[in-house]
Amino acid sequence: MDVAWFLVLSAFIFCIGIAGVLTRRNPLVVLLCLELMLNAGNLALIAFARMHGGAAGQVFALIVMVIAACEVVVGLGIIVALYRHRLPIDVDELSELRG
Amino acid sequence: MFFVAAVLALAGALGVVRLRNPFYSVLALVAHLVALATLFLLLRAQFLAAAQVVVYAGAVMVLYVFVVAYIGGQEEPMRGEGGLIGSFGPLFAAALGIELCIAILGTGLDAVDSRGPDVGAGFGSPAQVGALLLQKFLVPFEAASYLLLVAAVGAVVLARRRRGLEESEARSPVGEAG
Repeated sequence: MDVAWFLVLSAFIFCIGIAGVLTRRNPLVVLLCLELMLNAGNLALIAFARMHGGAAGQVFALIVMVIAACEVVVGLGIIVALYRHRLPIDVDELSELRG
Repeated sequence: MFFVAAVLALAGALGVVRLRNPFYSVLALVAHLVALATLFLLLRAQFLAAAQVVVYAGAVMVLYVFVVAYIGGQEEPMRGEGGLIGSFGPLFAAALGIELCIAILGTGLDAVDSRGPDVGAGFGSPAQVGALLLQKFLVPFEAASYLLLVAAVGAVVLARRRRGLEESEARSPVGEAG
């Protein structure tokens, strides 16, 4: 299978993730859509690694997975803190930083 | 094989975006991640496929399920269809998708239209990735480990129960109902 197919698939997944981030209101689902976008990036990195025949792209993808884990941990921590403060779980209502 | 995995991955991604209940969104993302792991295998990235299933679809998604169960998976209405962002968002995503496809299919890189060079059996094995990680990419590796540490500490600080500073200093019992 040509590398271009993988790249096109990765572009589609990235765009679905963008549409989700823009249209959903629940911050949990927004985080899930960010995961989608990071995974699309991972797929493109691995496809390019296969295209070049070097494994460096796979190391990049591994680091991206680490970053994604960090982002999930901090994001979920913020959401749990919101819930504890009885704030609405809705990104439209949460527009200020003051806690 | 590619098309089966690709259709599954796209369906999972659409499910994440379209399903109302966050719990079902998480489950759709698990299906998406497993399909992506299959694609990684097709690209000869064995170690990353295994890491994707074990770490991502396993550990990270369990974290999501816990948080969804904790705050309650209430069904939310979509952003109003008449709203500016509600109509502009999908349009923007579609425009970006078309643009990316034009960029990929019209690229001057010849190798994009090939299967890639022949690689040995050890390509993408844990040995090769580990050797690269500990020799050529040692500094990013260390930076990533520190980032993980900072993120873990930050999450504990963020999600801590706090009712004023003096109480958190006095260590209120953790098992308190809340």
